[in-house]
Amino acid sequence: MSRLRLLAGPDLSLGAERLHAHIERLGPPPVVRGALIDVLETSGLTGRGGASFPVARKWRSVAHHGSGPVVVANGAEGEPQSLKDRVLMSTRPHLVLDGALLAARALKASQVVLYVGEEHRASWAAMAGALAQRPEPELRRARLVAAPHRYVAGESSAAVHLLEASIASPTSKPPEPHIAGVGGAPTLVQNVETLAHIALIGRYGADWFRSAGRRGGAGTVLITIAGAVPSPGVVEIEAGTTVREVLDMAGGSDPAARAVLIGGYFGAWVDFTTAQDLALDPAALREHGLGLGCGVVGVISARGCGVCETARIMRYLAGESSAQCGPCFFGLRALADACGRIAEKGSNADDLARLHRWARDVRGRGACRHPDGAVTFLQSALHTFAPEFSAHPAHWRAQAPGRGVA
Amino acid sequence: MSKHLEIAIDRIRCDGRGLCAELVPELIRLDDWGYPIIAAGPVPQHLISHAQKAVASCPVLALALRQAERRSRE
Repeated sequence: MSRLRLLAGPDLSLGAERLHAHIERLGPPPVVRGALIDVLETSGLTGRGGASFPVARKWRSVAHHGSGPVVVANGAEGEPQSLKDRVLMSTRPHLVLDGALLAARALKASQVVLYVGEEHRASWAAMAGALAQRPEPELRRARLVAAPHRYVAGESSAAVHLLEASIASPTSKPPEPHIAGVGGAPTLVQNVETLAHIALIGRYGADWFRSAGRRGGAGTVLITIAGAVPSPGVVEIEAGTTVREVLDMAGGSDPAARAVLIGGYFGAWVDFTTAQDLALDPAALREHGLGLGCGVVGVISARGCGVCETARIMRYLAGESSAQCGPCFFGLRALADACGRIAEKGSNADDLARLHRWARDVRGRGACRHPDGAVTFLQSALHTFAPEFSAHPAHWRAQAPGRGVA
Repeated sequence: MSKHLEIAIDRIRCDGRGLCAELVPELIRLDDWGYPIIAAGPVPQHLISHAQKAVASCPVLALALRQAERRSRE
């Protein structure tokens, strides 16, 4: 069930693996040419930043739309529940750098940028230290840039906007960054976990990648287990491992737990019993109308309140709107207010009707997917916690310490 | 040339002035905060001149008429 690839090697508590140890364990980064794109296509690797977009297709678009593209290793990890990118960066920085190097060489990139969340101090130190150890010219010229501590800072057009104008807010599309990004050059904004997988696929090939994975899934996935479990944290699983098996890795959970949040704040609540047999793999989840997102699996306990938890998360997401598009800025605020009223003062039919109507109205009406992610999350709450939303008492229940998902 | 046009909006530019919804209410309504909700799909032939007027009248130049994306094309 647990087959370590990205997190194989020395104990994670030892911190960042140094270059000589990394090379001793895995060998030097392989020599690759354009054919790496075909290998990635065969591997079936999809992006691990949230959208699960096929990596090879993004690379082809970058290669097709101009010369001298820019490679951005995205380690912003703005999702509050997610820890996996910072665990990876702070313990296996050279895997991320290898992946960025392979991307830069395969795409003949003009520059490499490491975009790391400013609040992730250990990751920042590890990536800076690792970069200083690298002899390759592509990496010697690479820039380490701080991603502001904002939820939207990791969105690809926001990353490009920051590099261009020091403003980490999304921009209007078209053009998509992989067509015209930094300085007008096609820009590959790729999550750091995705790059780490590429580092290994470049060494061992597509068949090796696919040799891990269950129930049709390919490769391994980093998952952050959060909420009401004995030992929350980051685990590496084979794609297709079920929620039940993942929760067992975190010490099991209370069988009376109410629900599981799959995919983080842009993900969805699923009834706890229904969630047990779900396979954590992008394609398998899509069949259920769900997504792997950034790989968060969060459990809300039997004592937690789904309405209060949802109200808290909606308040957070409304505050994280970059305030550029009216439907997102005003709509998410109104939705968060209505959720808050139900949480604080108890259910009322008017607010419940507004939640349903506004959630439909807001979808698809932002320059980025922030409003879409927020209403996907909200609609899953309205569905999964339907009984609670229509009969909520006037309480704003505190989270048990360390036990909430929000 | 195909006449399948659709109304495109730059959500960041849009300020919710609401003129568009007055000029072509058949295609554009306003949400509870005054921002336009545009009907999906191509603009019907008989509304194209109204849609053009809405595009031209937008005080912040947030609207455009563009060729409808054909689903069959990659």
